[in-house]
Amino acid sequence: MEVLKIATAGSVDDGKSTLIGRLLYDTKSLTTDKLEAIEKTSKQKGYDYLDFSLATDGLVAEREQGITIDVAHIYFSTLKRSYIIADTPGHLEYTRNMVTGASTSQTAIILIDARKGVIEQTNRHFFINNLLRIKNVVVAINKMDLVDFSEEKYNSIKSDFEQLMAKRDYKEQLITFIPVSALQGDNVVNKSENTPWYFGDTLLEHIEAIDTKDIYHTGSSRFPVQYVVRPKIDEFHDFRGYAGKVYGGDLSVGDDIVVLPSQTKSKIKEILFYDEKYETASRRSSVTITLEDNINVSRGDMIVKQYELPTIEKELTATVSWMDSEKMRHGNKYTIQHGINKVLAKVDNIHHKIEPDYSGIDEDISELRINEIASVTFKLNKPIFYDQFKNHRTNGSFILIDSHSNNTVGAGFIQ
Amino acid sequence: MHKNTLDINPLENEAIYILREVAAQFEKPVLLFSGGKDSITLVRLAQKAFYPAKIPFPLMHIDTGHNFPETIAFRDKLVKELGLELIVRDVQDSINQGKVKEEVGKYSSRNALQTTTLLDAIEEFKFDACIGGARRDEEKARAKERIFSVRDDFGQWDEKNQRPELFDMLNGQIELGQNVRVFPISNWTELDVWSYIQKEDIEIPSIYFAHLRKTFLRDGLIWSNDDEIVYRDVDETVEERLVRFRTVGDMSCTAAVLSGASDIDTVVQEIKESTISERGARIDDKRSEAAMEKRKQQGYF
Repeated sequence: MEVLKIATAGSVDDGKSTLIGRLLYDTKSLTTDKLEAIEKTSKQKGYDYLDFSLATDGLVAEREQGITIDVAHIYFSTLKRSYIIADTPGHLEYTRNMVTGASTSQTAIILIDARKGVIEQTNRHFFINNLLRIKNVVVAINKMDLVDFSEEKYNSIKSDFEQLMAKRDYKEQLITFIPVSALQGDNVVNKSENTPWYFGDTLLEHIEAIDTKDIYHTGSSRFPVQYVVRPKIDEFHDFRGYAGKVYGGDLSVGDDIVVLPSQTKSKIKEILFYDEKYETASRRSSVTITLEDNINVSRGDMIVKQYELPTIEKELTATVSWMDSEKMRHGNKYTIQHGINKVLAKVDNIHHKIEPDYSGIDEDISELRINEIASVTFKLNKPIFYDQFKNHRTNGSFILIDSHSNNTVGAGFIQ
Repeated sequence: MHKNTLDINPLENEAIYILREVAAQFEKPVLLFSGGKDSITLVRLAQKAFYPAKIPFPLMHIDTGHNFPETIAFRDKLVKELGLELIVRDVQDSINQGKVKEEVGKYSSRNALQTTTLLDAIEEFKFDACIGGARRDEEKARAKERIFSVRDDFGQWDEKNQRPELFDMLNGQIELGQNVRVFPISNWTELDVWSYIQKEDIEIPSIYFAHLRKTFLRDGLIWSNDDEIVYRDVDETVEERLVRFRTVGDMSCTAAVLSGASDIDTVVQEIKESTISERGARIDDKRSEAAMEKRKQQGYF
């Protein structure tokens, strides 16, 4: 079973909802009752077209203001696979929700209004998708119908965007440009006759061709222990299993492993998924494993292979996206949740504030405001076991929690 | 027997991960059980998450008193077979205590009344996490919901200010009095649930399959005839029809669909070919454009 998750970014004015609506409509994924509801409301509002944002902007406040505030999840499928669209907001003040939607996506669609070209928000969308190392990015240059399907206009926007691309960190990111008209359906699902100069795939053809095998991150095997299973029933009297999700690479029965932080060595005895035993657990599977030796393992510990040790340190530097209205200040303490493991962290240094156009202040600063991004060094109260974000998506990222409000106030990508 | 490599269903593995996070992060979690297919699926997922140990939290049913009798019988049988703890709290008690008022008239339902009973039960047992089977594909306000969704001590959802939720890191830290609603099958579609029930051979209440039932028509929807519970005008005539239910809520707000699908294979086929959404037969969502969002703000699931 294949699922591809796509994050869309752009404001309502860019035609984001219309694009999603068009995808759903042309793939016949909208049910009759939902379509009727959209028709009815569009008519009531006096529109002469179908306003698909009525289907995606699920909150009253969003429909009132005509903007997307939080991520909506939309589902559709083709004969090939299932898709989840994380429809994310484009406004600066909801950057945290954009990061939320993009973090679990493997592909992103960035919308540009052909009349406006690359704007400040485009920079932000691209910057965040690049920071999160989303492998495939589609730049959909929309509203081509309003610029007479001009090839010149398309090329000029493309070249502006390429200037931005030149500065990106994650150079391997695959970027594809497609001229579309979401309202009229050009190059979304069906090839357009209005763009004879465009020889590439339509949006749907392009996303259908993405190979899901190589977009999920692979790397060293990491098994953070979520929960210790001790049945305390006669049949399984001595059973002690470690439940968790496998990240990065596979784990197999007989593998030589190390438990962190104790550094105790053992071997994998059994791999269970419900009441069946398996030889190998692949990444992204939620299994329960038992070990050959009776050693002390608890939640927050990590099981890794003996020759694939992560970095074990009481200090780390990460690119931090700050998401709280209270500023992050030098010297402040937060809880770092790294996967499922929690440690206390103190802000040791904030340096190099980075702007979405890759400019910024390359010196130490004392505080970080909401929606700002900077390189931050933390001192930890005990070591964590991490990889660099560029090598390990899950083991290289963390969230920051404010101990007073309990809110998630930031996200970090370990350098 | 040893099998070679595990063939993974990403949705199932995600749900198991979430259920384990609930057991690890909270002191008093509970699984909200309605007897519908989504909560039955949650029970199977919880069995898988903690095997060979038992499910480490109880089930709770907020009983409106307007359930289909088949659902209640199924609930009791499941709980007995799996040796689970079941808590039942009745909307009728909240009515008797004068906390809520029974709705009257043509579209009266106890659906919205459940919220008060639920919030009282959360307070009574001091539950800090309530696991539910809501899915994002059901309705547009639900499409906005996080996996771990924090509610204040009035049970309210602050939809404009939700916690960021990155990768699969779930922040369950709350203050005393707050609780978290947890949705492990957020990313499943209706078809994903049905396909899972088919693959896992999970037993579900008989009303999900085609049967003859005394029904009447209103607003193009087919309602079960039970004059005690479902309001019916004198001119709404009762007729026997071959129907099944696609979603199971209260009798007063869940309409049937004409169907001859009498087993799981034909049901899955029917869902694949359907051009009507699941909640198209739920009158509780049709009250207004923002019906679900309003109920959620008040503490509804």
